[in-house]
Amino acid sequence: MTETKSVGYWGSVWRKFKKDRLAFSALIVILLLLFVAVFESMLAGNKPIVLKYEGHLYFPVLFRYSEFFGTDFKELRGKLGPGDFAVFPPVRYSPTENDLNSILNPPSGEHPFGTDDRGRDVLARMIYGARISLSIGFIAVGISAVIGIMLGGIAGYYGGTTDFIVSRLFEVMMTFPVFFLILTILAFRDPSIYNIMIVIGATSWTGVARLIRGEFLKLRKFEYVEAAVALGGNDFRVMMKHMLPNALAPVLVDSTFGIAGAILVESGLSFLGFGVPPPDPSWGDVLSQSQRYVDFAWWLVLFPGAAIFLTVTAFNLLGEGFRNAIDPKFTGN
Amino acid sequence: MRDYIIKRLILLIPTLLGITIITFFIIQLAPGNPVERKLQLEEGIKSEAITKEIVEETKRLYGLDKPIYVRYGIWLKQIVTLDFGRSYKDHRPVIDKIAERLPITITLNIISIILIYMTAIPIGVYSAVRHGSAGERASTFVLFILYSIPSFWMAMILIFFLGGGEYWNVFPVYGILSPGAENYPFPEKAADFLWHIVLPVFCLTYGSLAYLSRFQKGSLMEVLREDYVRTAAAKGLPRSKVILKHALRNALIPIITILAGILPAMIGGSVIIETIFSIPGIGQLGFESVLARDYPMIMAIATISAFLTLIGILISDLVYVLIDPRISFEGRS
Repeated sequence: MTETKSVGYWGSVWRKFKKDRLAFSALIVILLLLFVAVFESMLAGNKPIVLKYEGHLYFPVLFRYSEFFGTDFKELRGKLGPGDFAVFPPVRYSPTENDLNSILNPPSGEHPFGTDDRGRDVLARMIYGARISLSIGFIAVGISAVIGIMLGGIAGYYGGTTDFIVSRLFEVMMTFPVFFLILTILAFRDPSIYNIMIVIGATSWTGVARLIRGEFLKLRKFEYVEAAVALGGNDFRVMMKHMLPNALAPVLVDSTFGIAGAILVESGLSFLGFGVPPPDPSWGDVLSQSQRYVDFAWWLVLFPGAAIFLTVTAFNLLGEGFRNAIDPKFTGN
Repeated sequence: MRDYIIKRLILLIPTLLGITIITFFIIQLAPGNPVERKLQLEEGIKSEAITKEIVEETKRLYGLDKPIYVRYGIWLKQIVTLDFGRSYKDHRPVIDKIAERLPITITLNIISIILIYMTAIPIGVYSAVRHGSAGERASTFVLFILYSIPSFWMAMILIFFLGGGEYWNVFPVYGILSPGAENYPFPEKAADFLWHIVLPVFCLTYGSLAYLSRFQKGSLMEVLREDYVRTAAAKGLPRSKVILKHALRNALIPIITILAGILPAMIGGSVIIETIFSIPGIGQLGFESVLARDYPMIMAIATISAFLTLIGILISDLVYVLIDPRISFEGRS
């Protein structure tokens, strides 16, 4: 006798999601971006990944070696003896390496995406920008999800006066000109990458909070929740263990759109000069350079903008795919 | 209706208080006060002791030596009499500077909102009625792309191709009037103004346009499935009449209320777009004030834009009640 295994809720969501080709390709694009973000130093940099020099093996990307302190690995390449070798990343420039001899070069074999006004390789900067954009997207949304779940959960679980007060707080946040608020906070604190994550997260939780509040208001009346309360489960435990798992699906959808939004806000901030502090690379920062050379430097407009656009589109498509897979109302379409 | 409006206006007060308190504490608790910053910018070199003395004196002058809650109280007392103080930057009354700039931003955004609704509704109707056709699929795809293009990237692309670099020089990309156009007779001046705002207004419009037309499509498709629409078709009414007279009227209701949700985003968009196109509006003023840490200006701009957003929400709620006879003012308190 064969036992049919039940796929469960998330299993069936995944099955439906896989059939959505557009959303599935968006997921692949995002996985590729994550790969670039994780292995950025293997993909671009002026240090070899593996180096065999005078009989020893070195991994200059991963470790610092005192014997190579201050060594220019490009010069070292000419001095390699027989049996020595060096494997460089495919893009042989570091994102912060200035080269005053090749300022504002258009794309060429040497610099496939051209160079900026300090002679830095745009492709290398874009590769390192991926990690910054994605980590800001994920962590900011993580922060906003935690705040949203807590505030929305409290409002929906307790209801009454608590709900009224927390709902006023939602209203304040929703009518805030949030971008202006973020700009103000960053102008007054130093705009480090951590501050950007915190500020975006702390200002974008209203969507999740309203979703969780609505779900909790509904779930609170369910018998199993009443039973959990009657059995003496404390409020926190009932909320987190019994109610939250049943309210998580819409949060996943909202958070996916939230990542797109956070990446957009970060690049907008970097574009205005309030983003990741220099010389760290960010897509918005490369794009903001194009403002000064817009009459000819098309590569400074095209590549970073396309990267932001692709990433944002991928997350929006993924969110849409999740929504269609989760919400039974959308199956008909 | 009068009671409803009064009640809503009273409810504005706690929301506005919340917004001003958050903004006030963020900027006032931040390290690096505007006095020191101003001195750094203006004076350059001076002995430590003298600088310190000047700092203390200037702090007293601006009232910055008092504890923060006292300062908030003072600020609030002045706001009630519509006294927003003087700009730290040039000592002009804040209200004058805002009065100069606000009309430009409001004009641009109202033009943009009108364009959004004038195009989003027909596109939404077309997509809903022709759902699944090649034309609908193409337009949905284009709108999805537009929705994900960051406005600052769109602005740079337009400037690059249409703003007179290596390509066409079709539109001006700086300011809202040509030099000397202040003295043009009215029709020429208006034409010059319209000429200047084509690109910025487009950048302010297309994102919300894409969002709203998708929304309109969804809302109309939902209504088209209702029984009364089928009844109207069954009794032999022409399809155009069924759609435009019976279905669309109901499908318009949610799209009107969504205006409230896009207003804060439009203010954020104005900051970026006005900065790129050097438009002397409130967005650019806000950006400059943040850079200069001009406390009174920042507070005034945050308060006024939050107030305008709240009024926008109130208006859209009123329109909602007026067009939907099922909802009464009494029921929505």
